[in-house]
Amino acid sequence: MSQIGSFALLLALVLSAYSFVAGLVAVTRKGPGAERLGETARRAGIATFAMVFLAALVLVIAAFQDDFSIAYIFHHSNRDLPGAYKFATLWSGQEGSLLFWSLLLATYGLVLRLRYKTDSRLFAHASVIIAAVQVFFLLLLNFAAHPFAVMQGLPQDGNGLNPLLQYPEMVIHPPMLYLGYVGFTVPFAFALAALIMRYPGEKWIQITRRWSMVTWGFLTCGVFLGAHWAYSVLGWGGYWGWDPVENASLMPWLTGTAFLHSVMMQEKRGMLKTWNMWLIFATFLLSIFGTFLTRSGVVSSVHAFAQSSIGDWFVGFLAVTFAVCLFFYVKNRSHLRSEHKLESLVSRESSFLFNNLLLLVACFTVLWGTLFPVLSEAVQGSKVTVGPPFFNRVNVPVALLLLLLTAVGPLLAWRKTSIESLKRNFLWPALGAIAIGAALIVVGIRPWKDMTYLYSLMTIMLSALVGFTVISEFIRGGRVIKGHTGQSLFASMVQLAHRNTRRYGGYIVHFGVIVIMIGFAGAAFNQDKEQEMGYGDKMSLGAYTLVCRSYTQEDKPNYSSEWAIIDVFKGGKQIDTLYPERRFYKASQQMATMVANRSTFKEDLYLVYEGLNQDTGRPILKVHLNPLVMWIWVGVWIMIAGTVVALIPNAVPVRVTAPARIQAAPVGAGD
Amino acid sequence: MRNFLQKTAQLTFLIAALFTFLGTDQDVRFQTLGHKVKCICGGCNQVLLECNHVGCSYSDRMRGELASYVERGDSDDLTLQAFVQKYGPTVLIAPTTTGFNRVAWVMPYLVLVLGLTTVVLIARTWKTRPQIIPVGGTGRVSNLELERYREQARKDTEV
Repeated sequence: MSQIGSFALLLALVLSAYSFVAGLVAVTRKGPGAERLGETARRAGIATFAMVFLAALVLVIAAFQDDFSIAYIFHHSNRDLPGAYKFATLWSGQEGSLLFWSLLLATYGLVLRLRYKTDSRLFAHASVIIAAVQVFFLLLLNFAAHPFAVMQGLPQDGNGLNPLLQYPEMVIHPPMLYLGYVGFTVPFAFALAALIMRYPGEKWIQITRRWSMVTWGFLTCGVFLGAHWAYSVLGWGGYWGWDPVENASLMPWLTGTAFLHSVMMQEKRGMLKTWNMWLIFATFLLSIFGTFLTRSGVVSSVHAFAQSSIGDWFVGFLAVTFAVCLFFYVKNRSHLRSEHKLESLVSRESSFLFNNLLLLVACFTVLWGTLFPVLSEAVQGSKVTVGPPFFNRVNVPVALLLLLLTAVGPLLAWRKTSIESLKRNFLWPALGAIAIGAALIVVGIRPWKDMTYLYSLMTIMLSALVGFTVISEFIRGGRVIKGHTGQSLFASMVQLAHRNTRRYGGYIVHFGVIVIMIGFAGAAFNQDKEQEMGYGDKMSLGAYTLVCRSYTQEDKPNYSSEWAIIDVFKGGKQIDTLYPERRFYKASQQMATMVANRSTFKEDLYLVYEGLNQDTGRPILKVHLNPLVMWIWVGVWIMIAGTVVALIPNAVPVRVTAPARIQAAPVGAGD
Repeated sequence: MRNFLQKTAQLTFLIAALFTFLGTDQDVRFQTLGHKVKCICGGCNQVLLECNHVGCSYSDRMRGELASYVERGDSDDLTLQAFVQKYGPTVLIAPTTTGFNRVAWVMPYLVLVLGLTTVVLIARTWKTRPQIIPVGGTGRVSNLELERYREQARKDTEV
């Protein structure tokens, strides 16, 4: 089995190297010979996919067949591991996840090479760049992190999968994250190809628009699935700890978000061409940098399951990629001159400029905070910790400013907006937000007591402001269509969204963002309590009273477990029974918690069974009351829905034959 | 007027006294200091008072140490120094505001200010740059040019 996998990987390397070299020669020459050579390069790229797919398939089959002669399977699987987790073995460790990365890249490359007729020359250039990235990963797989390395002797059973990874979301989270990381290779390849070719116009942006959005959607899913996994599995009651690996996924997301906004300026106004080029370069480089952080061990992280010495390879690849980008930028920068200039500071263009600035400052802060311990060690000779207080203190004000821009941005027209128009459109949303702030103070939020309360209140108020502006945009546009067609307002709003899916899909994404931000704001009011809970013991937290009914144990092939049966009372009535659990995984000899969570829109009642007190022998229960957490997960769904809407092609605009009776949205208020 | 000034001074004194009293409250100090130190249970960068790792054998001990320092009346600096001496400088959850560590705090704000200044300056430069007016602007416009303007208008207004 391992020979088949090894051979497939080696052949994939040869094919991708051929695809790169032949493709490179073909794009630099002209004539029928070059075309034929280019076609062979394209086919070699497609064959690379087949070989990488075969290698991945072999690894998965080996996991299902418990082939512990392969070291990777021995280290990351065991006989009693459930089937879904055996499948997830593919991305559970260093070598497998690199193979998975390579597979996804080959899949993206396959789609790109099959769609080459859209613009064969541009696609040929992009294909060469993707082949170059593929060569790097296959070199790693063949010579530095071989997934088919063979064990000395044949072990009876494997070490098993890390218990923390034995959770349903771990079957989805890494693929989503990798689809996002790897996916940014495609817009990067097109951007670099367009720069190398001095590609005229903005067609390459239109070609890559869907790629960028789909990739961004995957990365969003991946980041939040990771947060949800941390919340559900780690048992510390939080979802984001500013761990270096979490930060690594956030950085390309931030630059990718900036790119999705600023690229509209290039499409519509021919501006910020250099900026966009470097944004997509940075996004790709940060994706690779994130992988480097995860695996090099350069910074300490709770995600230390995949550390090794392959960091040098990544540093080399990052350096070469940056040098190539810089070389072609310097060579062809005259091609990136703006076609238009900014006409007013109060315009959609300037709001995008400031939005980009804030997103990049947030990204810089995350990068700076992540790497500062390394810098400190180099300068002072000792490491320092850069933990959540640093990131929160710097990034929360930046996030609040971004929320404000999200509220104002859609009300600004391209080129120029009059202050009167801004005031007119802003008045009611602003009054609504102030009213919500006042109501929150009345119900008991005291922003003057603590900085976190102040931030929380401001987050909710600004989120309300964004929400009201988004709703007002839908209603205003819907009314115009209703005036022409006589449909209901809702049907008119649906039609409005269908006529410009990108703009209104974007608004839905913004709406999802504010729902998430409200969820984050709830963290200021978290409560927790820890107590020994014997039979019949009670514990109260917030409006809840918990009564311990019983404890029980169970033995399964993969693990043994003990859990508590806790009755939950509210207002004197029993409303639920929860089962916080603690497992002992036999193969890996590790403990893990299974949190019991009663989640509602108002709050999560989050129970962790911590085990027995060594002194008294009594079980300890930790209870968290986390307000508004569900809003975060709902917000993510809304963001995904918005992304899907933005991907739907626009409907043909309805022809207007009669003059509008209702005043339309500000002229040019576009995406 | 004098009466007003007297009352203001009294009120200020009262508020200052209240804050001083609150500031020395042991629970508040325990909470504040507990959020400046991290639990050393391993790599996760959790604030000491927020470390909820299952089976963490460090947080209880460290909380006990913090409580004893606070109870003894050690100053904040002394307490944090005691932790640094025992567990090393990485026990502090965020960089201090002294020496090279100040750079950690200053840099993001510096980048923000520099970025804002650059954006505003660039925007102003663009805005004040004189528009190029074609000579003979009243002449006939070619179909190609007209189509280009139409396309631009379509992009700008999304009609």
